[in-house]
Amino acid sequence: MRHDLVLRVIAKLMMPFTLLFALYVQFHGDFGPGGGFQAGVIAAAMVILYALIYGLDQARKALPDWLVETMLAGGVLLYAGVGMAGLMLGGNFLDYFVLHADPVQGQHRGIFWVEAGVAVTVSGVMLKIFYMFAGRGRDPE
Amino acid sequence: MNMALDLATWACLAGGGFFCVVSGVGLIRMPDFYTRMHAASLIETLGAGLILLGLLLQAGFTLIGAKLVMIGLLIFFAGPTATHALAKAALVRGLKPRLAAQEDVSSKR
Repeated sequence: MRHDLVLRVIAKLMMPFTLLFALYVQFHGDFGPGGGFQAGVIAAAMVILYALIYGLDQARKALPDWLVETMLAGGVLLYAGVGMAGLMLGGNFLDYFVLHADPVQGQHRGIFWVEAGVAVTVSGVMLKIFYMFAGRGRDPE
Repeated sequence: MNMALDLATWACLAGGGFFCVVSGVGLIRMPDFYTRMHAASLIETLGAGLILLGLLLQAGFTLIGAKLVMIGLLIFFAGPTATHALAKAALVRGLKPRLAAQEDVSSKR
């Protein structure tokens, strides 16, 4: 008999709710505590829990290394892209209020994409660190 | 009605705090790993449960109440699972529970 049946069932049960909570923290960042960094960490924690219970290989199959590395760079690219968009539209770097005709809407739009970039990068970095630590001694260097 | 609600809240909060203190004492005073873990698991069931119930009585049917219910569900599922995993890991690694030297009469039946 496997010893981790309870763990497997509960982890499977909690995983979608963890991701939902990460999205809540991400999109609630405008109004309360939260934001991209915390949401990214929570989302990465979900994958780390998956890796702890089902094994590193399974997690790497679900979220392969190339995807994690793409996330890592893509989030920074998104962040810088928002900054450059502000520059293109006639403001300074990371000027949000030029992103929309209505400055308040522009602020909303800017912070939304910046936080999305932060979340993607943070979860990518967390996962990359975890993969590298957990894979020590298994991967050929 | 409000008075009764406040009294019930205070009873729940005080009970929850009491169980937290008791399990803290148990964590220090119990003789071995398994009994200590049993004492610690009291926090997430009775301690946190009663405190959340007391807060829920104050929150009522609001968004805060719904969030408290979700926190309660998280603790309800995650706490016992963590305790179970810890106990299982200790057992698999060969930590023997400390048993009574002699069976007393009450455990015979």
